[in-house]
Amino acid sequence: MNMNPQEPTAPYGIDPSNPLFNVTWDMDREEGRAVNLMKAARTEQYPEPLVDIPDELRRSALVTSVDTLLNWARKSSVFPLQFGLACCVFEMIATAMSRFDISRFGMEAFRATPRQADLMIVAGTVTWKMAVPLRRLFDQMSEPKWVISMGVCATSGGPYYQSYSVVPGVNHIVPVDVYVPGCPPRPDALLYGIMQLHEKVKRYTLTHTPAGQE
Amino acid sequence: MTVAWRGDQFAAAVETFAPGSVAGHNDSDTWVYPSSLAEVAMGLRDRPEFRFDLLSSISAVDYIDHYEVVYHLTSLPRNMKAVLKVRCGEGREEPTLPSVTGVWRGAELQEREAWDLMGIRFEGHPNHKRIMLWEGFPGHPLRKDFVTYSQSVIDPEQAAAE
Ligand code: SF4
Repeated sequence: MNMNPQEPTAPYGIDPSNPLFNVTWDMDREEGRAVNLMKAARTEQYPEPLVDIPDELRRSALVTSVDTLLNWARKSSVFPLQFGLACCVFEMIATAMSRFDISRFGMEAFRATPRQADLMIVAGTVTWKMAVPLRRLFDQMSEPKWVISMGVCATSGGPYYQSYSVVPGVNHIVPVDVYVPGCPPRPDALLYGIMQLHEKVKRYTLTHTPAGQE
Repeated sequence: MTVAWRGDQFAAAVETFAPGSVAGHNDSDTWVYPSSLAEVAMGLRDRPEFRFDLLSSISAVDYIDHYEVVYHLTSLPRNMKAVLKVRCGEGREEPTLPSVTGVWRGAELQEREAWDLMGIRFEGHPNHKRIMLWEGFPGHPLRKDFVTYSQSVIDPEQAAAE
């Protein structure tokens, strides 16, 4: 059997004038190419974006207070992107509902468009086919932007580790700030992850580590 | 309760309208030859004693020395069900069957799935391409000889050259 990705060829025994086929085939082929390229290129993991804590003496009082104000504002109004991929998303939905109430953290506005979102909660199994749109959504988010990997699927592939279709960790596709383990993590775990992200956001400074850089 | 056909009775009933089509049966299942699948399927859907108007599922099985496709049929008017099996020739090369999309329209997506994951070809299918994996995926992953890990690692140079 052929072990290497194939150039998408016209499928077997098909009538090219069939509208079912000829309307979508070009899109299918483009998608197949993009997925194969991404699968071939993304073999390394992104390191976690680390925040280095600068020497207190080198920070001027003005910059420090601007940082504090800016980071307080940022951490208190993180807008998550609506991005559910598999079973984990129901725990994310539960987190947003009244019992756990994510709006206590200034996050009740789940945005349906990446351009209005700061935080991508990757909730669920990331397949290679979904990796291309995932990266595109991440690129469309405005800076500063953060990523939480929710559940073992997004973190490492989880139950589908070494599967033929699942990305072995979403950190091959985008840099991840906080990993929340669990299958699925309870809403409290996700909230704890969000609080950890808040702690991280508080430590960015304008001079050393601007927020949201890859 | 939906009544399940017994294999021997179902085989005899199929033989009455399509002589020579039955390849064998056991307690619950009936095997027919690929060459007579179209005729049998049409008869099972349209004849008043069957009226199998719903194709519940199509599954493909890899028996290593051959492939087999299983059709689960349900008759809503007569409230009964039956299992029809077709063996796709001998060996592992290019298992091929006639498509039943002309008989049950709902077979279309399921036959695409059988093609995508098991590599069974369906002659006369109107839109014969992958359904869940992407175009250009190497091989058919539910086959027994698909080695998951080595095949999911792609040589970057090779992919860049394409
Ligand atoms: S980690 Fe578990 S609950 Fe979450 S998407 Fe994966 S399988 Fe589903």
